[in-house]
Amino acid sequence: MAKPKVPGMFKGLGVTFATLVRTAKDGANTIQYPHEKETPPLRARGVIALHEGNCTSCMLCARSCPDWCIYIEGHKELAPPRRAGGAPRKVNKLDRFDIDYALCMYCGICVDVCPFDALFWSPEYEYSEPSIADLLHDKTKLGEWMQTVAEAPELEVGAEKKGKK
Amino acid sequence: MLAALLSEIPYWGQSLLRVLGGLVAVLLPAGTVVYLFLFKMMSFMQSRLGPMEAGPYGSMQLFAEVGKWLQKEDIVPDAAAPEARIFKLAPLIVLASTFLLVVVVPFGPDALFTNFETGIFYALAVSSVSVLGILIAGWSSANKYSLLGGLRAAGQLVAYELPMVLAVVGVVIQAGTMNLQQIVVAQNTGSIFGFDGVGNPYVITQFVAFIVFMIAVQAELTQTPFDMPIAESELVSGYMTEYSGFRFLIFFIGEFATAGVFSMIASILFLGGWGVPFSWFGWTTIDSIDNWMNVGGPLILFTKMLVLVFFIMWIRFSFPRFREDQLQRFAWKGLIPIALANIMLTAVLKVAF
Repeated sequence: MAKPKVPGMFKGLGVTFATLVRTAKDGANTIQYPHEKETPPLRARGVIALHEGNCTSCMLCARSCPDWCIYIEGHKELAPPRRAGGAPRKVNKLDRFDIDYALCMYCGICVDVCPFDALFWSPEYEYSEPSIADLLHDKTKLGEWMQTVAEAPELEVGAEKKGKK
Repeated sequence: MLAALLSEIPYWGQSLLRVLGGLVAVLLPAGTVVYLFLFKMMSFMQSRLGPMEAGPYGSMQLFAEVGKWLQKEDIVPDAAAPEARIFKLAPLIVLASTFLLVVVVPFGPDALFTNFETGIFYALAVSSVSVLGILIAGWSSANKYSLLGGLRAAGQLVAYELPMVLAVVGVVIQAGTMNLQQIVVAQNTGSIFGFDGVGNPYVITQFVAFIVFMIAVQAELTQTPFDMPIAESELVSGYMTEYSGFRFLIFFIGEFATAGVFSMIASILFLGGWGVPFSWFGWTTIDSIDNWMNVGGPLILFTKMLVLVFFIMWIRFSFPRFREDQLQRFAWKGLIPIALANIMLTAVLKVAF
């Protein structure tokens, strides 16, 4: 028979009892969610917001999405030339930008891969729906999330001096 | 006295009262234990609040849970269907053993169901009936996990029945009776070397037996350090796997009602049961006790029960479970020799003094 570890046993009982007393005195570590809410960290991965003006419908995010939950449709339009006498410019117009949050696994690859800063993480997390189809957020809804996106933090000192590429 | 009052009620009325009393004596401790300890104490020990929504501080949560279980489908697995009757009977056997157990528990000088001469002997015999129910449940489920759980339960309950009986023998030798009522009286009229201020609760003189008994109770109830038969992480709740709805509820009630009743028996054997030391109020025998003890006695017993259940649950929430071989070794090589030595010592001291 192995040497009985009695002191450790009593230490264990002490830990649970101390937690009992602490919870009764100072309250629990948990919060009662629907009644009181926790503020998530500013850069928490809650929902992905779309800054529509920056999007060029380049499809990089849709193609890098591991479970193909981003749907993009666009068309090309002719915009007036920059200089007088120049040829009209071709610009991509975004018709549809949907993210299906029933499929999204919050990996954030789309946010990382976007070359034009059109996608952002927002800490908002209360967007559950009774119907699963309503989890498909269209571009207006994704645009509304932009208001909840935190300001980008200040760059570190010296970070802006980037060498010429 | 209450006994005289009772005898004026016709027989059917007495029986009805006894049935109601039995239901209260089984369900009230079970409900209290589940709410107070399983819901609240466990949560607090894990730094959370537990159920808070149903009623003030979640006190109505039990009714919500019972309602949930009652509306669930009563499923019998296909493989168990040929013996469906036995499958359905098993939880009732487990619960029946709890009801049979409560029959001998004295709650007050007259507040008792029966006054068996061999009460503790009967209690220990009846408590092992639940093993049959568990074994039947495990086997008739036609599921290998259930069978494993059932067999483990049978092996464990048989192994821990022995130290329990042997621990009780020490108390019986010291009290000189097997009647639970008289064990209570013996403790509350007794004295320790002439000092009778607190009577003679056997937890002091039979401390070793008390510890052995409580460990054995922990194992009999399959509470956590000894929950190999349930083992939800490896056997998916063992013999209860295939049960759903109110049959699972019956297992659940049985588990915690038995915890309550066993704690009552332990407090009767070791803590003086329903009584207070008789010398406090100038009582000498059981017949001279004031009538209010028939109300106060159950409350005192209930309080002592809660204290013991607190320890059972505290240990349950603190420790991980034993391995099967450790568990058997602990019973056969640890507890039984200690209990036997305790019997010998008690017998020698009984003769010496």
